[in-house]
Amino acid sequence: MTTAGLTANTMVQHIAAQGVTHMVTLPDSETNFMYDTMTESGMEVVQIAREGEAIAIAAGLWIANQKPAIMIQNSGLFESGDALRGLGIGIDLPLVMFIGYRGYTRHGDTPDSAAQFLEPFLHTWETPYWIVETDEELDRIDLAFKKAVETSKPVAVLIGAEYVSV
Amino acid sequence: MIEYQDVAASLNRERGDAVVVSAMTQTRFWKEASDRPELDIPTNNSMGKVSSIALGIALGAKDRKVFALDGDGSLIMNLGSLITVGNKSPKNFVHVVFDNGVYAITGGQPIAGSGIIDWPAIAMGSGYKAAYSFEDTEEMATEMPRILSEDGPILIRVQVKPVITTNLGVIQTWESNAVMPRQMRSVKTELAAS
Repeated sequence: MTTAGLTANTMVQHIAAQGVTHMVTLPDSETNFMYDTMTESGMEVVQIAREGEAIAIAAGLWIANQKPAIMIQNSGLFESGDALRGLGIGIDLPLVMFIGYRGYTRHGDTPDSAAQFLEPFLHTWETPYWIVETDEELDRIDLAFKKAVETSKPVAVLIGAEYVSV
Repeated sequence: MIEYQDVAASLNRERGDAVVVSAMTQTRFWKEASDRPELDIPTNNSMGKVSSIALGIALGAKDRKVFALDGDGSLIMNLGSLITVGNKSPKNFVHVVFDNGVYAITGGQPIAGSGIIDWPAIAMGSGYKAAYSFEDTEEMATEMPRILSEDGPILIRVQVKPVITTNLGVIQTWESNAVMPRQMRSVKTELAAS
């Protein structure tokens, strides 16, 4: 499908260019298009059973001097709230979290509470974020990695597009 | 039933330069046994994420053995991590489950599934390479050196005598807030130097 402007190859290239060694992920409807591309990119994909594991595994990888990122849906980020508090913010973990923005309508009003609460959630956790919907906006990924390192804290990149091409 | 300190002593004899990630009551006894504190990470503030943190270290430092000292109450909070471990199958991952059947730091209330859970069966059904269960101190001490020389992921369930420490829960968590990040950096530095 090509109904939106994000393509898996371009996005994964941007992520890999940041030196990401491991992607800790559970596929969702906004980010599933990248799964095959990630597995072919040289990054090690760590597939999880539930999103609450993601930040803890990333913390372990960081302790082992790797450069992980995570990719989960907004509903899974809510599940990960305590891990973000204790094992992300609490240990000064420089982590970029790619979050599928389920329910994002681009005009504000949405019937999906997962979308309604995502940005308020990130504000409450004092976590900076960027939204990307097209390949032209992927330089925001570079900004996110820069911010994570500068602040030594988790930051988020919200994937606003659901249907994309490889 | 086995005493916590006997498990800790038995593990410490065989640890070598293993990184040890521990939770709750395990931390209390491991602290007293460990002769490599610079390689220890207490995680009393992680809501059962010991196995996940340890998995990340094991995947990132494949030549370094990693022990996850879990509790039964902690692990049922993060049961899916067994599948994640089994799926990645790190050879350097050792998962020790201290099974006391209770929440020791909140006064000894039984955990859900106390006396029912078959940890070795769950581990093997999740893709672990081997799983063991001990209820006798001498048998555990005899078998531990051989088991810890095997390729992982391995799960070792030890039935331990509960040590109820009412009111220590919050204190342990506050202590972990301060100690855990410091110890994570200590281990990070040690691994970078190796």
